[in-house]
Amino acid sequence: MSGVRVLVGTRKGAFILTSDGRRERWDVSGPLFAGWEIYHLKGSPVDPGRLYASQSSGWFGQVIQRSDDAGKTWAPVGNTFAYEGVPGTHEWYDGTPHPWEFKRVWHLEPSLEDPDTVYAGVEDAALFRTADGGQTWHELPGLRGHGSGPRWTPGAGGMGLHTILLAPDEPGRIVVAISAAGAFRTDDGGTTWRPVNRGLKSDHIPDPDAEVGHCVHRIAMHASRPAVLFMQKHWDVMRSDDGGDSWREVSGNLPTDFGFTIDVHAHEPDTVYVVPIKSDSEHYPLDGRLRVYRSRTGGNEWEALSDGLPQRDCYVNVLREAMAVDALESCGVYFGTTGGQVYVSADAGDHWAPIVRDLPAVLSVEVQTLS
Amino acid sequence: MIRLVLPAQLRTLAHIGSEVTIEVQAPVTQRALLDAIEERWPALRGTIRDHASGKRRALVRFYACGEDLSHESPDTRLPEEVVSGKEPYLVIGAIAGG
Repeated sequence: MSGVRVLVGTRKGAFILTSDGRRERWDVSGPLFAGWEIYHLKGSPVDPGRLYASQSSGWFGQVIQRSDDAGKTWAPVGNTFAYEGVPGTHEWYDGTPHPWEFKRVWHLEPSLEDPDTVYAGVEDAALFRTADGGQTWHELPGLRGHGSGPRWTPGAGGMGLHTILLAPDEPGRIVVAISAAGAFRTDDGGTTWRPVNRGLKSDHIPDPDAEVGHCVHRIAMHASRPAVLFMQKHWDVMRSDDGGDSWREVSGNLPTDFGFTIDVHAHEPDTVYVVPIKSDSEHYPLDGRLRVYRSRTGGNEWEALSDGLPQRDCYVNVLREAMAVDALESCGVYFGTTGGQVYVSADAGDHWAPIVRDLPAVLSVEVQTLS
Repeated sequence: MIRLVLPAQLRTLAHIGSEVTIEVQAPVTQRALLDAIEERWPALRGTIRDHASGKRRALVRFYACGEDLSHESPDTRLPEEVVSGKEPYLVIGAIAGG
């Protein structure tokens, strides 16, 4: 029987939520790695039992955990993330040069073909890869070294590489996004990179349409149409039809186009989900009403989805990694909040219900669809 | 034999109890002790000392015999009471919220 496994990273540990295909009754296991920040955990698409988790702490640094049995047991693997060569400097908040310093892993993206190969997006922004199941990690230095790196600046949450999109139809293509540098693409497996931010406009930076410096919060892609990208920028929801070469705004009728997360329906490449947040200083939904917005037209025309979500006195946030979809026939949509709730909709957003209500602040949500 | 007490988070990570003992070859310095800890429990590599700099992580402190040894040179010999096992060597996570 089909089912789902939801991998939840929180400020104080990880949780695994499992259900059958109806997605009504849930088993909750955890906390795993109790007391540690779990920025992200994700399973291999070719071996669903192989999971990787980024475990970190301001006290004790970075640990990477690996499970070979779907999360029943875990073991630490390699945690050395050393920048290639002399790390150099990027730009600090005040415009001065600041040395590149590894802080933590924000995102783990297992390869589409090999469970031992995983990409890691880190803070300070860089992309690393392991080909031995996490024992050793090596930087892909062409990203930081392509030329614009010294001009990258951190966002309020740090200078993290948070989005890693692997294009199924073009094995050499990877799109990444960095707060607050922007989006970057390689077409040769990570050797050479270039910024792909044309069309982005950010009024809070000195040159609003600069080559780099845009605070991209998240990019989503449908596997069947990888040239089409949807972006939640600091402000603005954007779309590209050419793999990031150019972007256009599709915020349309959203009540606010600030937000963090964005995702695409598993079977409908033009159905997109965002969670509008009031503003860059007020990180909660408008009017205390938690609403997901769905576009069935690839942007511009959005409808509010609120059935089952709190519609008064709700002042939680939904972070960039905290939304995911499953691939069951009726697409499930999931998101977690900084208030510790994880919501599911088993009907593509029409109706919502909480899976859990009282976890620590949710940092990331991933879903595995099990056959 | 050195008596070692680690913070709870690191005990869980290394799957060890509240106090453990570890053999360290003379001369017994902080560096030698930390090298021995990381050799015996590889999961702790990078959690007490930063991988890149090799230095004590900012929110980790070292204590023994009622003294703060955090700012001692890594090559200073540990007190005889620690070397003899009379007193434990404590690795402490700073109290800093969270």
